[in-house]
Amino acid sequence: MPDNSGANAAGALEAVIDRQSHGMVGRMLGQQAFWVFLAALLACVALSLTADAFATPQNLFNVTRNFAFVAIIALGMTVVIVSGGIDLSVGSVLCLSAMILAITMNAGYPLAVGVAFALAVALLVGFVNGALIAWLRIPPFIVTLGMLSIARSAAMVLSGNKMIFQFGPDEKLLFALGGGSTTGIPNPVIALVLLALATGFALRWTRWGTHVFAIGANEKAAVLTGIGVPRLKISVYMFSAAMAGVAGILMAGWLGGVTTNLGQSMELSVIAATVIGGANLLGGAGTVFGSVVGAALIELIRNSLILLGISTFWQGAFVGCFIVLAVAFDRIRAYRETDG
Amino acid sequence: MTALRLEGISKHFGAIQALSDVSLSLAAGEVVGLMGDNGAGKSTLVKIIAGNFRPTQGGMFIKGREMQFHGPLDARRAGIEIVYQDLALCDNLSAAVNVFLGRELTRSVGPLRILDYPAMNARAATLFRELRSETRPRDKVKSMSGGQRQAVAIARTRLSDADIVLMDEPTAAISVRQVAEVLNLIRELKRQGVAVVLISHRMPDVFNVADRVIVLRRGRKVADKAIAATSPEEVTGLITGAIEHA
Repeated sequence: MPDNSGANAAGALEAVIDRQSHGMVGRMLGQQAFWVFLAALLACVALSLTADAFATPQNLFNVTRNFAFVAIIALGMTVVIVSGGIDLSVGSVLCLSAMILAITMNAGYPLAVGVAFALAVALLVGFVNGALIAWLRIPPFIVTLGMLSIARSAAMVLSGNKMIFQFGPDEKLLFALGGGSTTGIPNPVIALVLLALATGFALRWTRWGTHVFAIGANEKAAVLTGIGVPRLKISVYMFSAAMAGVAGILMAGWLGGVTTNLGQSMELSVIAATVIGGANLLGGAGTVFGSVVGAALIELIRNSLILLGISTFWQGAFVGCFIVLAVAFDRIRAYRETDG
Repeated sequence: MTALRLEGISKHFGAIQALSDVSLSLAAGEVVGLMGDNGAGKSTLVKIIAGNFRPTQGGMFIKGREMQFHGPLDARRAGIEIVYQDLALCDNLSAAVNVFLGRELTRSVGPLRILDYPAMNARAATLFRELRSETRPRDKVKSMSGGQRQAVAIARTRLSDADIVLMDEPTAAISVRQVAEVLNLIRELKRQGVAVVLISHRMPDVFNVADRVIVLRRGRKVADKAIAATSPEEVTGLITGAIEHA
């Protein structure tokens, strides 16, 4: 390495600079998301062999639809966690935006107006979260913990803590949106695929995405290079809230009613999915693919326990083990890398 | 050609006089070691040049024109770049993306503006080649040695074609072999006509690479000598105060 001043060393230097260190396969094997995907795939194969009811179209339809809601919110959570933050308010934001939608449609307004209101409120909540975090520098954990309480309370106040199950003239449209399917695929799954592609694209191919990774790894560096960190953080929390809002709208349509306990403690499943998928709670790492696979794995565990006739009380134990195992594997690999 | 000239720079914070009447000049392609004990005023001086502080008194001239910086961005626009001690790099991003952080290259695809990775990698590869550093543009900074990290941070200053580079303790926390690599990087900057201010505690590094050494003590410039005309012993004496003035 030290003798790179000579003339014929220039060619060697050229070769070193142009060389790629890892091929496609190497990069894939180095991703926690890949191993979790493998685990999910194995679980699918094992279930198909052991439980007749698993590989039926109806069960697969249900499984994919069930995890779509958590996975959609996990897209937003992935971006937040990559940026070095956390958003505990997503479950409550889901409830609040579903409630806004329900109240608006219940009052006779069309679906489009309800959706617009619901998303506007979600974005407003995200803006408040982001502004408090970015401008007042209150830790994200505190801000969003407060918002978890506030948003659900707002939903209770607005609805008088009553269930809303009548959605006015566009009721059928809403039920079709959240509960229906297109070419045999549940609509929430289609929404998930589109939003996941968009989020993955934004993280990989836009300046915004690069800056999200940058502030997650070294916020000071981001400031020094002139990145507008406060604006970026606000956009991150608005994105997360918007995903929760979308999930809330779809969920209202699927369930056909909105109660004030909708999405209660859902933030924990979402964070679990994101972490299983390889996101680092310290910031700077995480993938869309991983988070979606993580969400799928959690639902697979739940579904398999039901199909295998094991008490669903065990679900928490299995999911909990997976969270710890996934991160433990990652740590072991990291140790090996630093040793080599 | 004089790249940077300071005339009678003073700075006080309340009753504390951090710098008094410091004048110096720096030519293009010159490496100046800035030395002094903790609290001697090195970092205050650097922060004034970098636009973080405004001097209480005195003037700053770049290529003969008087400048007033209202912030680090002004200094950057005037062709001054700083390589921070902790380098301000993002471990999770590639070397090329780090070089371009905050000024990424993009291209249009339909209505979208997407990052132009091939162009950034190619440009970064050229910069690393010019610095004669074995740094691969696509590699994540996480897996890089201290010397390669320095190369990434320095390549960033070359991207903007800075005339003046301030380096804050670049060799403080790296291995001996990497120190040699960093000193080579500084020589490359010099060869390309960049004026370098090297803030360092390490006497061998300064005597290895600098043309001149400036010593500050208690906010005053106590020496400004060509490396050939001084010795590590003399500089140590000047830093500690054993030698009053040179």
